[in-house]
Amino acid sequence: MITEYTALTALAGGALIGAAAVMLMGLTGRIAGVSGIAAQMLPPWDGAVAGRFAFVAGLVIAALVVRVTTGSLPPLTLEAGPIALVAAGLLVGFGAVWGNGCTSGHGVCGIASLSSRSIVATLVFMATAVATTFLVRHVM
Amino acid sequence: MIVLVQFIVGIVFGLGLLLSGMSNPQKVLNFLDLAAIRSGGWDPSLILVMAGAVGVTFAGFRLIFRRQRPLLSDRFQLPPSQTLDWRIATGPAIFGIGWGLAGICPGPAFVDLGYGSPAIALFVIAMMIGMAAARMLANRQHRGSMAMGQSS
Repeated sequence: MITEYTALTALAGGALIGAAAVMLMGLTGRIAGVSGIAAQMLPPWDGAVAGRFAFVAGLVIAALVVRVTTGSLPPLTLEAGPIALVAAGLLVGFGAVWGNGCTSGHGVCGIASLSSRSIVATLVFMATAVATTFLVRHVM
Repeated sequence: MIVLVQFIVGIVFGLGLLLSGMSNPQKVLNFLDLAAIRSGGWDPSLILVMAGAVGVTFAGFRLIFRRQRPLLSDRFQLPPSQTLDWRIATGPAIFGIGWGLAGICPGPAFVDLGYGSPAIALFVIAMMIGMAAARMLANRQHRGSMAMGQSS
C-alpha cells in the first residue's frame, strides 16, 4: 500500500530524534544507540542498567503520550507474517550487536560524528535492506 | 536524576519516531523499495528523517564536545574502536536483511510495543534473543583471542 510523502513531519520528527541524541550525550555522555542500550538491558547487569530500562520505557510510553495528547495514533501497518517477524527480529538483534550499532547509533550519531565505521555500517545495512525488500516484494 | 533524564530522552526519541512516520514499518519498506521509484509509490520521507536527525546531532555534538564532560556525568562514553574490521561489514549486512524483511529496527520496535500489538511483541522477543546470541558469540571470540595471547 502506498504511504504519503510527508516531508515536513519527516524533517521535524528527524530533528526531534536528533534533539534526543544531543540531550543524551550532553547530559549523560552516552550515545543514543537503541540497539546498544537494549542489548545492555540483558544480564550481566552493571550500575547503569536502570537508566537503560528508563530510556526504553520512554520509547514504549511515547505512543501513550501521543494517544493521550492527540486522541489518536499514527498508522502501524505490518506486512510481514509471524514467521518473517521472528526471522527479522533475530537478524536485526544479532546484526545490530555484531556490528555495534543500528539505524540510531550508526545512522544518526555515528554519521553525525563523521565516524568512518558508522558510514560504512550505514551504507552496508541500507544496501542489504534495499536488496531484501526488493526480493520480498518483487521476486518471492 | 540521570535515570529520569534517560526516561525523558526516551520519550522525546519515541515522539520523533512517531512524528516522522518511521514507527510505521510500511513507510520504511516503501522507502527501501527502490523499484517503486519507476512504478510510483516510492516514499522518500526517510531521507528527510535522516537529514533532520543527522543535522541536529552534528550541530549539537559540536557544541557539546567543547565541554570537558557532560552535565550530569564525569565523562563522555564514546565507542572505543575506530578500526574497520570484518564485524563492521557482516553485522550491518545481517541487520539490513532483517530490517528489509519486516521494516522494523530497534527504536521503532520499542515504540511500536506501545501500541500493544502481539506481533510486535513477537518481533521484540526475537530481537532480544538475537542480541543475546551475538553478545555470547562476541564474548566467546574475545576470550578465544585473549587465550591465544592477542590483544583486542
